[in-house]
Amino acid sequence: MQRFINNPDLVVEDTVKGFVKAHSDIVRLAENPRVIVAKDAPFAGKVGVVTGGGSGHEPAFIGYTGKNMLDAVAVGELFSSPTAKSFHDAIREANGGKGVVVLYGNYAGDNMNVKMATKLAAKDGIEIATVVANDDVCSAPPEEREKRRGVAGEIFMWKMGGAKAATGASLEEVRATAQKAIDNCRSIGVGLGPCTLPAVGHPNFQIEPGTMEVGIGHHGEPGVRVEKLKTAEEVAKDMVKIVLDDHNLPAGTEVAVLVSGLGATPLNELYILNDTIESEISARGLKIRKTWIGNYFTSLEMVGATLTVMALDDELKTLLDVETRCTIIL
Amino acid sequence: MSETAARALARMFERMSEAIETEKDHLSELDGAIGDGDHGITMSIGFKAVNAALAALDLDAASPSEVMSTAASGFLDAVGASTGPLYATGFRRAAQALAGRDRLDLAACRDMITAISEGIRDRGKAQRGDKTMFDVWLPAAEAATTALADGKSERDFWTAVTTAASNGAAATATMVATKGRAARLRERSLGQLDPGAVSANALIRAISNTL
Repeated sequence: MQRFINNPDLVVEDTVKGFVKAHSDIVRLAENPRVIVAKDAPFAGKVGVVTGGGSGHEPAFIGYTGKNMLDAVAVGELFSSPTAKSFHDAIREANGGKGVVVLYGNYAGDNMNVKMATKLAAKDGIEIATVVANDDVCSAPPEEREKRRGVAGEIFMWKMGGAKAATGASLEEVRATAQKAIDNCRSIGVGLGPCTLPAVGHPNFQIEPGTMEVGIGHHGEPGVRVEKLKTAEEVAKDMVKIVLDDHNLPAGTEVAVLVSGLGATPLNELYILNDTIESEISARGLKIRKTWIGNYFTSLEMVGATLTVMALDDELKTLLDVETRCTIIL
Repeated sequence: MSETAARALARMFERMSEAIETEKDHLSELDGAIGDGDHGITMSIGFKAVNAALAALDLDAASPSEVMSTAASGFLDAVGASTGPLYATGFRRAAQALAGRDRLDLAACRDMITAISEGIRDRGKAQRGDKTMFDVWLPAAEAATTALADGKSERDFWTAVTTAASNGAAATATMVATKGRAARLRERSLGQLDPGAVSANALIRAISNTL
């Protein structure tokens, strides 16, 4: 394996250590070494905003800890939910006395661990609300939307929830805004090459050279079809079509767009995709208010990209402009 | 029985950990086919944590129920994923089932296996045939109940339980996954054993070998 690691079993520990050293102006490590906390959190009188998930998606989840974003993040093993204890500790670290909202991704492990953690937190007397992201269009058909997984749309959910919490809003208001944000998001992933967990040593799924997996999940979950690799223009058209056919937005709607690499796709290719993505979205009569392009939510060294489109209303437009101070510029 | 019930349970968890260590690479390999290939590692971390937690317990003073609840917390605090909450809930239910008991007779063993099975079912919302560890724990619990009702000998009781568990694990190859990450594979999961079911089978064999 051509990888920068020390010990395959210590990848998460070593990642967290390096992360905290780099960003000590923005974050701190909790007593639980699997919990990252915004430097000055908790904030009295502000709703705490928490997430958590498996590692290997950096900068998600830890990189979104910071001012006007996430107050605390529970860190799991690679591609594996954090423990209930870590979610519980993250909730405690984020608690400023006004309740805590947990915004997470609808994976089996996360669902169970968050549920157990929120019960423990309730025993501490902390008021809790949760929002489950389900923006990945290809992870389940529209009639089973509650089964869909959360992917890069989670970033918008965190940003909107974090910005709302910063206004001093109540727990219910923050929950409702985060829920609206994720309801307004649709995402699609296209995979061109697999990824490898260092402790396993070989890819656990294959994408044959010359083909692509349309609708791939954040851990290599199969999508809706495998087909011959096409030009960036054709791929981008397909991505926009899948996302917007599911979204059904009226013409004139303003949207935010996020194009993220999955880990091993160069940035220039994301720009090539975006050239068509922008034209296709505009051709449908939608107005792009802001676009983010980069490695915002990765899957180790997977080759591929995701597209997320969030429909905006007046509240979300205002919150979109709230400045955040985390390790990633948003 | 010269050994206390609490000590027997602690030894059971040591055997479970050994069974997982033996199967570790095989479990990860099975998981590689329909998951992300870390089930062996996850289970190994969990049972090592259980034994570390039990090492801190005074087994001469502890009740069987306390051993189970210590195991539950040890597992939960060490393991995330789906496995952590599932086994922690199962062991916690077993602690409730063993409350007030100081003997591990066959009725207690039946109640313990049934409680683990029910805890896993309730936490994971699993049903028979979903291709999960529940497809091993449920038939094992059913076999224990039937064997006890039929007045089977201790030896036949455990033969019935381990046979049901091993048949349950083998049957997962004929099932389509509907839970967790493997569910995304749909019919592509056919023909593959469920790693959680295979590890459950190894655990039940370890229980049978100890008790």
